[in-house]
Amino acid sequence: MKQPFPFSAIVGQTEMKRAMLLTAIDPSIGGVLVFGDRGTGKSTAVRALAALLPPIKALKDCPVNAATLAESPDWAGVTRKTTHKIATPVVDLPLGASEDRVTGALDIEKALTRGEKAFQPGLLAQANRGYLYIDEVNLLEDHIVDLLLDVAQSGENVVEREGLSIRHPARFVLVGSGNPEEGELRPQLLDRFGLSVDVTSPTEIAERVEVIKRRDAYETDHTAFMLRWQAEDAALRDQVLHARKALKKLKAPDSALHDVAELCIALGSDGLRGELTLLKAARAYAAWRDDTALTRAHIRDVAPMALRHRLRRDPLDEAGSGARVCRVVEDVLG
Amino acid sequence: MTPFARATTALQLLAIDPVRLGGMVLRARSGPARDGVIALLPDDTLRLHPALPTEALEGGVDVATSLAQGQLVRHRGMLSHGCSTLLLAMAERTPPLMVTTLAQALDSGSKSALIALDEGVEEDEKIPFALSDRLAFHLTLDGLGQADIEPMLQSARSAELGSVQTPDHAIDDLVTLAVSLGIDSLRAPYLALCAAQAHAALSRRSSVTTEDITAAAELVLAPRATRLPAPPEEVDDAPEPERSETPSETPENIALPDEILLQAIQTALPPDLLAKTGSNTARNAKGSGAGRKRVGNRRGRPLPARDGAPRGDQPRVDLMATLRAAIPWQGLRRRETGHIGARPLIRPSDLRYKRYQELSDRLLVFAVDASGSAAMARLAEAKGAVELLLAEAYARRDHVALISFRGAEAELLLPPTRSLVQTKRRLAALPGGGGTPLAAGLKLGLETAEQADRRGLSPVLIVLTDGRSNVALDGSGHRGRAAEDSTAVARQIAQAGVETIVIDCGKRPDRSLSQLAVSLRGHYASLPRADARSLSDAVTTALDS
Repeated sequence: MKQPFPFSAIVGQTEMKRAMLLTAIDPSIGGVLVFGDRGTGKSTAVRALAALLPPIKALKDCPVNAATLAESPDWAGVTRKTTHKIATPVVDLPLGASEDRVTGALDIEKALTRGEKAFQPGLLAQANRGYLYIDEVNLLEDHIVDLLLDVAQSGENVVEREGLSIRHPARFVLVGSGNPEEGELRPQLLDRFGLSVDVTSPTEIAERVEVIKRRDAYETDHTAFMLRWQAEDAALRDQVLHARKALKKLKAPDSALHDVAELCIALGSDGLRGELTLLKAARAYAAWRDDTALTRAHIRDVAPMALRHRLRRDPLDEAGSGARVCRVVEDVLG
Repeated sequence: MTPFARATTALQLLAIDPVRLGGMVLRARSGPARDGVIALLPDDTLRLHPALPTEALEGGVDVATSLAQGQLVRHRGMLSHGCSTLLLAMAERTPPLMVTTLAQALDSGSKSALIALDEGVEEDEKIPFALSDRLAFHLTLDGLGQADIEPMLQSARSAELGSVQTPDHAIDDLVTLAVSLGIDSLRAPYLALCAAQAHAALSRRSSVTTEDITAAAELVLAPRATRLPAPPEEVDDAPEPERSETPSETPENIALPDEILLQAIQTALPPDLLAKTGSNTARNAKGSGAGRKRVGNRRGRPLPARDGAPRGDQPRVDLMATLRAAIPWQGLRRRETGHIGARPLIRPSDLRYKRYQELSDRLLVFAVDASGSAAMARLAEAKGAVELLLAEAYARRDHVALISFRGAEAELLLPPTRSLVQTKRRLAALPGGGGTPLAAGLKLGLETAEQADRRGLSPVLIVLTDGRSNVALDGSGHRGRAAEDSTAVARQIAQAGVETIVIDCGKRPDRSLSQLAVSLRGHYASLPRADARSLSDAVTTALDS
């Protein structure tokens, strides 16, 4: 397996990269929704991010990548405490995946050959502590979407079917991508994604040339190319690790909370999820910038990606909601 | 290069670098030229067709053998066979699920080149963009006959691909060219670069030259062009620009590469390019085009399992139901066969299959009368009502198409789409005036509905008119013939089984319209003093009943 494209070598797409790094710093922000044209490096970025992140410690042979015995579910039958380092898991959810494949189901082989009732973990188990990537999320079947929402929300996968009663932790960052021209996403699902970014093909010739050049170098001169970007990836990795630590000490002054609330009221976003996500994202961003306190500048920078998809949408409104958010941010935060 | 030489060159390039080039889209009906190309494919070519179940592609459990042998037997999917070429017939019908599967295989560096045969007859039948975007070559063999077949030039062993050097200006040229041809996707210039490198290797050159770039541009970029390499305003102003016309002026920020390159491109430009550029729909066509191909049935929620293989093409065994069906017989079977051990004895008759309920997406076709009489009466109101219905359609996730009829003919203003913004824009721009060619409007409505039906949508035709049909199908203003024509078309619609709703928006209810609704076997709503809201309510009631 070839090493994925280095994260630092992705040209442009600043907002998408920023959103992904923020979820790496604080996974509880929720998922990232990337909407935009084809061939803009959406899936490349997800795979690159996972390669960038530091490896996680997990129990050997544990199907859900648990770090300790207490977290490993009983049915997995893991008894030894030996751990090993594995890369942050990135699991692709194919559009056609059946429910069995996603949640896990009865182990066919054991049932047929030995008459045993055993659980075969699905994609949700594999994705625990990592990323679950859905390309064309807007075309995913409705009942799979419902199921994912439920698990992403609770952090636990509960399987009650075929005479099995199984539960296991499934905490993952949901990354969805898609092309809005091919169908919209249901508002309920939109709201569950923490951040949302729009990507477009670069318009500058020079930028496009650079994209092609790097891709070509990656394919044809792989080793040299990876070596060339290794240092920059390592610097990014350190910055993420540092930010994770800094996040714990970061203070959120009352004035910042006030700003966040005011912004959400002005935009009329439903529920309180907008406030919470915006606050978390702004804190992660401040930690990323290595600032000691949360300020208005941080909120202003992450507000579009945290709130864009939460506005009550008029289906006949032509202007993008991103513009609306920016306008309100200007008004409220000055 | 002649069109046939293009195809053979593409095949040679694919043989050199199948992993990066992905494959080829070949638009051709069956005929000697297509057979000629297929004959050139390697012997180990596997044929795919759009109705293949995912399991056949990706591999899965071989149920019959598993049961017979008492252990899990998997069969390998066609994608992992490692054959050099996959041939996908009728690629324009590929369902979204298969497109994703194939796209994933291409992205992960599949060793097999994919040749997608596009046999689409209608203009809207095209290979899904997600697939065609990943395949380097887009070629057409339309209109070629036996005489055009040329033998493939057998070249000596090609140079090592890895040793081909790429000068920087080559990348610049290809990217600039892609932009000036209006190609948005960044995959196109990258695939062109790969093609140029493969072409250099084919010609035993150690470095990419202008000749390679020209060939790559001709094979990869030109067929994807959405506009001529000239400022679009010029194209619009010129009455009928010739295809071979060289652009007289280049946009300031785009430096066009060599003249030679452009000439090569222009011979390979798709013939219907100007038709697409001339109307202002070029940009929109890209978006809604992608949407249109992708529509189809949702795959549905599971239903209780049943015995007997279903008629569908993807029978999936429901294991639990199968075991449950087998358990009562275990004692008997054990005694019969003398079998010892924990393994349950399962016979083919125990097999239970999963079933899914498919929900088809609905398409609302609005046929709006924009004639003078209707315009006088209440075109504005009708527009308002349609807008309200659109908002409702959004909530129900319906697809919408818009037809207007006035003057001598009907016009499809908006092909089936989910983009309500577009619908609203077209509707607002709807002009009024002229005669009432009701028959033509109904006919176009029927055609649109039938097309949608073939793609798995359930169409509903909603006709808004004041009923005074006065233009016949042939465009003549004969009142009697006009009425006859519209009744005849209405019967056709009823026969085709298309659901219809007739909304009378004249000043007072028109007898002829309620008769029309009878011939249509549809609902009739008269709204003499209706406002937009009650019109919308009427339709909702009719749809729900």
